[in-house]
Amino acid sequence: MTELYRRFKAMVSTTAFRLATGTAAVFLVIAGVLIGLLFWQTNAVLTDQVIATLTAEAGSLRNEAQSSNPNALVDAVAARSRPEGPGLYFLADPAGKKLAGNLSRTPPEIETGQPGGVFRYRPNLAAERRDRLGVAMSLAMPRGERLIIGRDIEDQRAFADGVKRLFIVSFCLLTLAGLATALFISRLVLKRIEGMNIASRQIMAGDFSRRVPLEGSGDELDGLAQNLNAMLDRIEQLMAGLREVSENIAHDLKTPLNRLRNRVEAALRESAGEPAYRETLERTIEESDELIKTFNALLLIARLEAGPLDKPVEAVDLGTLVRDVAELYAPFAEEAGLALDIAARPGPTLKANRQLIGQAVANLIDNAIKYGPAGNRSLELARIRVDVTVTADEAEIAVADHGPGIAAQNRERALKRFVRLDESRTHPGTGLGLSLVAAVARLHGGRVQLEDNKPGLCVRLILPLCAAGAPAVRNPAGMAVAKS
Amino acid sequence: MRVLVIEDDRETAQFLLKSLKESGHAADIAGDGETGLELAQNGQHDVLIVDRMLPKLDGLTVIKTLRSGGVRTPVLVLSALGDVDDRVKGLRAGGDDYLTKPYAYSELLARIEALARRAVPEEQETRYAVGDLVLDRLSHRVTRGGESIPLQPREYRLLEYLMKNAGQVVTRTMLLEHVWDYHFDPQTNVIDVHVSRLRAKIDKSFGKPLLHTVRGAGYMIRDGAL
Repeated sequence: MTELYRRFKAMVSTTAFRLATGTAAVFLVIAGVLIGLLFWQTNAVLTDQVIATLTAEAGSLRNEAQSSNPNALVDAVAARSRPEGPGLYFLADPAGKKLAGNLSRTPPEIETGQPGGVFRYRPNLAAERRDRLGVAMSLAMPRGERLIIGRDIEDQRAFADGVKRLFIVSFCLLTLAGLATALFISRLVLKRIEGMNIASRQIMAGDFSRRVPLEGSGDELDGLAQNLNAMLDRIEQLMAGLREVSENIAHDLKTPLNRLRNRVEAALRESAGEPAYRETLERTIEESDELIKTFNALLLIARLEAGPLDKPVEAVDLGTLVRDVAELYAPFAEEAGLALDIAARPGPTLKANRQLIGQAVANLIDNAIKYGPAGNRSLELARIRVDVTVTADEAEIAVADHGPGIAAQNRERALKRFVRLDESRTHPGTGLGLSLVAAVARLHGGRVQLEDNKPGLCVRLILPLCAAGAPAVRNPAGMAVAKS
Repeated sequence: MRVLVIEDDRETAQFLLKSLKESGHAADIAGDGETGLELAQNGQHDVLIVDRMLPKLDGLTVIKTLRSGGVRTPVLVLSALGDVDDRVKGLRAGGDDYLTKPYAYSELLARIEALARRAVPEEQETRYAVGDLVLDRLSHRVTRGGESIPLQPREYRLLEYLMKNAGQVVTRTMLLEHVWDYHFDPQTNVIDVHVSRLRAKIDKSFGKPLLHTVRGAGYMIRDGAL
């Protein structure tokens, strides 16, 4: 019982229920006022009709009373006083003695000399055992008689009472129906909202893979659920990113930190004299600089992936930028025994963050130079191609080397943080180069593709031209890896 | 050179004070924005080093207030925030240069020395000379001992920047920023190759080297050994 009451109370306190009952209540009040007005109006019309009839009859009987025949009034009243007739009459002489009429006596309600009123009477019919209701007016006749004329209104009253009862019953029925509908609607809505609540509670409890259920009707609640789900997807993605960052920090930053600490500790313990101290300190500074670099790259990626901060955006001539960056690396490539073929003419111009795109291109060329050679010293293979091509709505920067490349199954992984496919780690680097490129691409609404250069690796950084002004278009699926 | 360090971290401030003194500069310290602003308004300093996050009055507000009050002392903004847009904000507020924590002291020193030099009203020099190396900014010609040295455009700009800051350390990051306009750290040290190529052209066949490598800091062009 208390359980039932609790559930009812919970139901009653819902917005859906309150809305439904509110609507029903307003409807009922309006209906009540309308029916009441109708009732009152009908009653008034009927009453007016009775009064008009009585007034007319009073006029005609007064005429009879004024005629020369002293018995004319008595006769007229007697003639009208048929037991089945609608009229009620009572004519009395000045002494109060009945002269004619179908009422047995002056009704006590009117006796006191009032001009008229409602009264009860017992008709002179054998069949009738109950008092009936009448309305009458009391008139003084010229010769001193007292005439009471009336009409029976028992039927009218009964009709009015019937209407009243019907009205009350139907009002109660309407109220009940409204309440039931309200409960039904609120249950319907509540069931779906409860579904959402359950999902959100589970998500809050830590199950981030849960989603709000959809009904498939495409209504507002479904729309809400879809938006909630999209939001949850984004949050899950960010959380995953955050978790990854902290795991990365734990692993790839703690290891070098530990190394650094060990070295300093060893130097202190060995007390090998100033030159050794100096060397240790210098190496410590170098290594902490590397750590700072890694840390900065990591932070930058995290911030880029967290979405559009108000990164300054400017019109960037992609061809010129790529050529500039490539030229910065050209001497370095030459030292590594590689030729940098730059096929980039000025254009196209797109709205982008020059520094970020520049850094992405620098990372691509840097990687190509580091991983490009693979002992391949033939002239044809010791080349790195840097191309900028434009299609109708995209610009593509392709950096292709003839190094060992990346096996197809490893390509997606290569875009992740700290993934260095070269396990020996012979090349210096943070392992963040490609993931930064991917983050920059995503922030600009573009994508990164890794392809087989046969032999070697070709990395394509594809940026939309039309994303002008909206460089931070969300593209959760922005990272694409060609399956080749 | 007299430097005002507005920095709330006592240890950092003491480190800067000590290091600056060792480098032959005088330094004052302010521990919060208000004190810093007060001291800076006296205008007795050649360079201000302003931390972005300060108690009482944040760094950017200090700089804005100084600038609107007509104080033109060059400012180096220090910040733990290193993003591109933070840099832009710092410079827009009236800072002259921006350095991200953690930084190398040599980098900071090179930058404030460059700032102090820039503040000296620079009569548009049309010609830089270091020893017998001459760079003519009008004809874009470089000669050493009267002998013309052909340079690529980028090499020319590299040399121009080094010579503008002759006698002072120029860091790799400063070169990347001013010669290439890149505000990111390349993974590899690409600048060194450019500098060694330039060195091959201006120093190699001439007995006395002018372009020096300053270990752990950067480069310096000067007549005479380090």
